[in-house]
Amino acid sequence: MSIINSLISGLSLGSVYAIIALGYTMVYGISRMLNFAHGDVIMIGSYVSFCLTMYVGMPGWLALVGAMAACTVLGVTIERIAYRPLRGTGSLGVLITAIGVSYFLQNAALLIWGANPRVFTTLFKGLDPIRLANARLVITAESFFTIIVCVVIMVALTLFVHRTKAGKAMRAVSEDNGAAQLMGINVNQSISLTFAIGSGLAAVAGVLMCSAYPVLMPTTGAMPGIKAFTAAVVGGIGSIPGAMVGGLILGIIEILSRAYISTELSDAIVFACLIIVLLVKPTGLFGKNTREKV
Amino acid sequence: MESVLKVDKINVYYGAIHAIKGISFEVNKGEIVTLIGANGAGKSTTLHTVSGLLRSKTGDIKFLGESIAKTPAHRIVARGISHVPEGRRIFQEMTVRENLEMGAYITKKERIKGNVEYVYEQFPRLKERRSQIAGTLSGGEQQMLAMGRALMSDPELLMLDEPSMGLAPILVDQIFEIISNLNKTGTTILLVEQNANMALSIADRAYVIETGKIMLSGTGKELAKSEEVKKAYLGG
Repeated sequence: MSIINSLISGLSLGSVYAIIALGYTMVYGISRMLNFAHGDVIMIGSYVSFCLTMYVGMPGWLALVGAMAACTVLGVTIERIAYRPLRGTGSLGVLITAIGVSYFLQNAALLIWGANPRVFTTLFKGLDPIRLANARLVITAESFFTIIVCVVIMVALTLFVHRTKAGKAMRAVSEDNGAAQLMGINVNQSISLTFAIGSGLAAVAGVLMCSAYPVLMPTTGAMPGIKAFTAAVVGGIGSIPGAMVGGLILGIIEILSRAYISTELSDAIVFACLIIVLLVKPTGLFGKNTREKV
Repeated sequence: MESVLKVDKINVYYGAIHAIKGISFEVNKGEIVTLIGANGAGKSTTLHTVSGLLRSKTGDIKFLGESIAKTPAHRIVARGISHVPEGRRIFQEMTVRENLEMGAYITKKERIKGNVEYVYEQFPRLKERRSQIAGTLSGGEQQMLAMGRALMSDPELLMLDEPSMGLAPILVDQIFEIISNLNKTGTTILLVEQNANMALSIADRAYVIETGKIMLSGTGKELAKSEEVKKAYLGG
């Protein structure tokens, strides 16, 4: 039974990675940039949710909505101020800017909320764990809802990009920015929408993650951000199903290696998996081989 | 004759490279006008500047009497210019039908269905393949899709960049026939071609571009007979 318990924790952690990885992969797909500040948006979202419950007294779900709204605005603003002016100037400048934004957000959080860790109140306070098979199989409310939320997000996002006009336009811009403009698609608008969705999802991921691992610091977003980025690369950056699968795989590997190999080595094992996948399949699991057709 | 497109002394640079050096030309309503010239002469650059993906440093571009030189590319489509770029650039990962929907991005909802029918009528192959992923189409089918996609926005002016590129001769004939037919139904056409023979045979008027400048202009027939053009572009 313990392996099943571990798998469920792994799925839950992987769900968080998957939700974060979606933000990385969608932004990369549409603007060919790695938004290294994405992890810090998660952290800001968690702090906003923390403050809304702690100081304003909002119920958890309302605080989550508030955090999503704040992160959506934050993500769109970052893109508008920091990334858009650099569009079309080569990828290195934007990459360095993204790292700069990341440090800016971490230090802003340090100024506002201080360096002391805050204890995050779980979104699922008072909900009992689900016990199955004579209580040998225990699923915490956090794990359960995290997995559910992840599934809902995946389905909703897939429907969005395949069925709606705005979603199809996003795919068109991802594939060929210039041709999309020739269709009359406003590329700036499409990119803003992508940042809005990615950042809103980052808030969800932050709140879910802090519900399961309730320590909140200005650097809270950094490590999950890097791992989710790894997940996006493993899945094939730019691919939405890739980010989902990559996230889940990474979460499961991490928890299983913590449980059965070594807690200290779990991160090393996770990143080793990245290296192996990239050696075998450089474009990631769902990555496309860019084909040229004359 | 009513002027549809009037390009006036545009100068386009790629960084330090002066690609277009003061080109001016005009396309009138109902015409097929072709720009011919060697590789790298600046034909595609000219079309990209008209559709707003590139900007001219000087001069003006007027479409139906209004300047579009500073209009963003995505708004120029809505004015009535459709551009079928070189290499087709269809959305490879989308289905044929989805590609057509993208072509109708700015088209009024009630017109979309009729336009899809019209495109399927022009290109019956696309109807057969409507659910297929566009990247799996043959080169000729991809060209048809690119043209069909461009027609979805009810363009006043259709700009075609090397529609014959990479196609078997029989398909080239077919594509040119379709271009003539589209023109007969009222679409004004600006055609860029390396296949000067074919282009001149259907064009009302033509301009010869060399290293960013217009060297010659005249009716399609005149240029087809011109010694210079024969030597340089028609194989003697």
